[in-house]
Amino acid sequence: MIVFDRVSKAFGAKQVLDDFSLEIPEGETTVIIGYSGSGKSVALKHIVGLLQPDAGRVMVDGLDLAEIDRDALAALRGKIGYVFQFSALFDSMTVGDNIRLGLARRELPEDEIARRIEESLALVELEDAADRMPSELSGGMRKRVGVARAIALHPQYILYDEPTTGLDPVTSAVIDRLMVRVREQSGATGVVVTHDMRSAFTVGDRIAMLYQGQVRRVGTVAEIRETDDPVVRQFIEGRPEPDRRGATAQETTLP
Amino acid sequence: MPRKPDATPSGSGGEGDRTPDLVNAIHALSQLSYAPASVGPPGPGDVAMLVGSAERVKPNARHGLRLPRLYTPPASPYLPPVSHTLALPFPAGFLRRVGRGTSEAVRAVLDVRTWAPLLVGNMRRLGVDSVPIAIFIAVFTGIVLALLSSYIFTGAVPLYFVGALVGKTIMMELGPVLTGMALAGRVGANIAAEIGTMRVTEQVDALETLAYDPNAYLVVPRVMAGTLMFPVVTTFAIAVGVASGWITAINLLDLSSPQFFKGLRLFYGFKDIWFGLVKAASFGLAVTLMGCLQGLRTRGGAEGVGRCATRAVVLGCESILVLDAFWALVLL
Repeated sequence: MIVFDRVSKAFGAKQVLDDFSLEIPEGETTVIIGYSGSGKSVALKHIVGLLQPDAGRVMVDGLDLAEIDRDALAALRGKIGYVFQFSALFDSMTVGDNIRLGLARRELPEDEIARRIEESLALVELEDAADRMPSELSGGMRKRVGVARAIALHPQYILYDEPTTGLDPVTSAVIDRLMVRVREQSGATGVVVTHDMRSAFTVGDRIAMLYQGQVRRVGTVAEIRETDDPVVRQFIEGRPEPDRRGATAQETTLP
Repeated sequence: MPRKPDATPSGSGGEGDRTPDLVNAIHALSQLSYAPASVGPPGPGDVAMLVGSAERVKPNARHGLRLPRLYTPPASPYLPPVSHTLALPFPAGFLRRVGRGTSEAVRAVLDVRTWAPLLVGNMRRLGVDSVPIAIFIAVFTGIVLALLSSYIFTGAVPLYFVGALVGKTIMMELGPVLTGMALAGRVGANIAAEIGTMRVTEQVDALETLAYDPNAYLVVPRVMAGTLMFPVVTTFAIAVGVASGWITAINLLDLSSPQFFKGLRLFYGFKDIWFGLVKAASFGLAVTLMGCLQGLRTRGGAEGVGRCATRAVVLGCESILVLDAFWALVLL
């Protein structure tokens, strides 16, 4: 289980997370939605220790990331696959070597590494891409390679940072289907950060909305669809004007 | 004597509760000049109390470091404020960064299985591929030195001293320094731009999520390769520079080969060689380290990468000049 316990994080004068608390249960996919710049990716980076909170705790499997040493953090990262917003593929390596890098760290036998590369590329339907360079791939293919690199590690958790941003609708649907398939086949706990509501409703078991540094509303997909919270409704319906009924003056201005 | 409540040892009793946590105590002491002032004169044993109750100042993830508050005497026109008298010669933040950087560097160097497979590739890329530019510079340096020394010596000093001047100058100074400068541009900018691009495209973060230490994966193999290969490249440059001076001397000056080599041997000492190579190794370390550090500190997009590459070259060249003076002071 992943737990954010009253996490605060600021960059200069900008308070991005402010007493942010959220529990991410095992075996489900939790989608964190929110406006651009609301701190979704910042929250995700705390889970792998790429960022440290100014205050509060981030717990993964009961371990407080601020308390563990670097070896324990490295071991914990071995349980987590991270799919970056812009794929973050190593552009000097082939697709196969990108996937191999994480596996080599675990000192797996060469035949096992080869099998996992093949298996993960098959799952993302890029069987023939192992020898290609990232620069030869389209945006959607790069995203799928990013997913393949993450799932090849057989992680307990998979974190997706804006997996469909910048993709056309069809490619977005392909990535959504891929995320669902990964969860079904691996059973990994997923955390998806997105502002693409179609994607959120497709892949999520639970949805949490991050607003002004805190969780505004969290619930199942059905609960979020039915919510009468004006801020959440405005966001999921993509309306330019907020529903002023039941909203405070502050909430009726766009962030 | 009254004492601030924060500074009172925990009362849960026994010496066990007063066991100092050395790291936290040092951390707390390093912050003394920044602690807020309080009122009331100091009590006896306040310093011992501060160290003994180190668990009370342990950094807290949520609230930051809780520090014991300091006694400040009434303002006196004759005495400086107590915070001035306790000020450290360096800012505490700087010392903390140095300590953290040192421990991370040691950890990265000990992570041999990460950097060792990457070492040979970096030696080829940073060293072998730099040989042509080093040779190009050395050829023209040798020509100019031979002509210049002939111009200076003619009519005053026997002309075979041209060999001495060319040899000494190239081995001890111009070979290492000019090669270092050229490589600061080529290697330093290359490293900074490469790592900087990796930083802004989140590839460095990706390395971390794959459980790699970026220092061990990116920094150590490059710094090792630079330290090992700069002397090799400099050796080539020295050899070519001297040869170039010799060819110039026998073809363009009124000097024969035996005369040139007589001059070359005249003041030659083995120290001429190792002095130049020690300098070259230190230049290699400095240039590659600057490139790596600037690359890892890159922020922003293409503009940030360009800025970090420029800064790496400038800092690399400055480091070379400072180290050049340092070795002259220490070894000559």
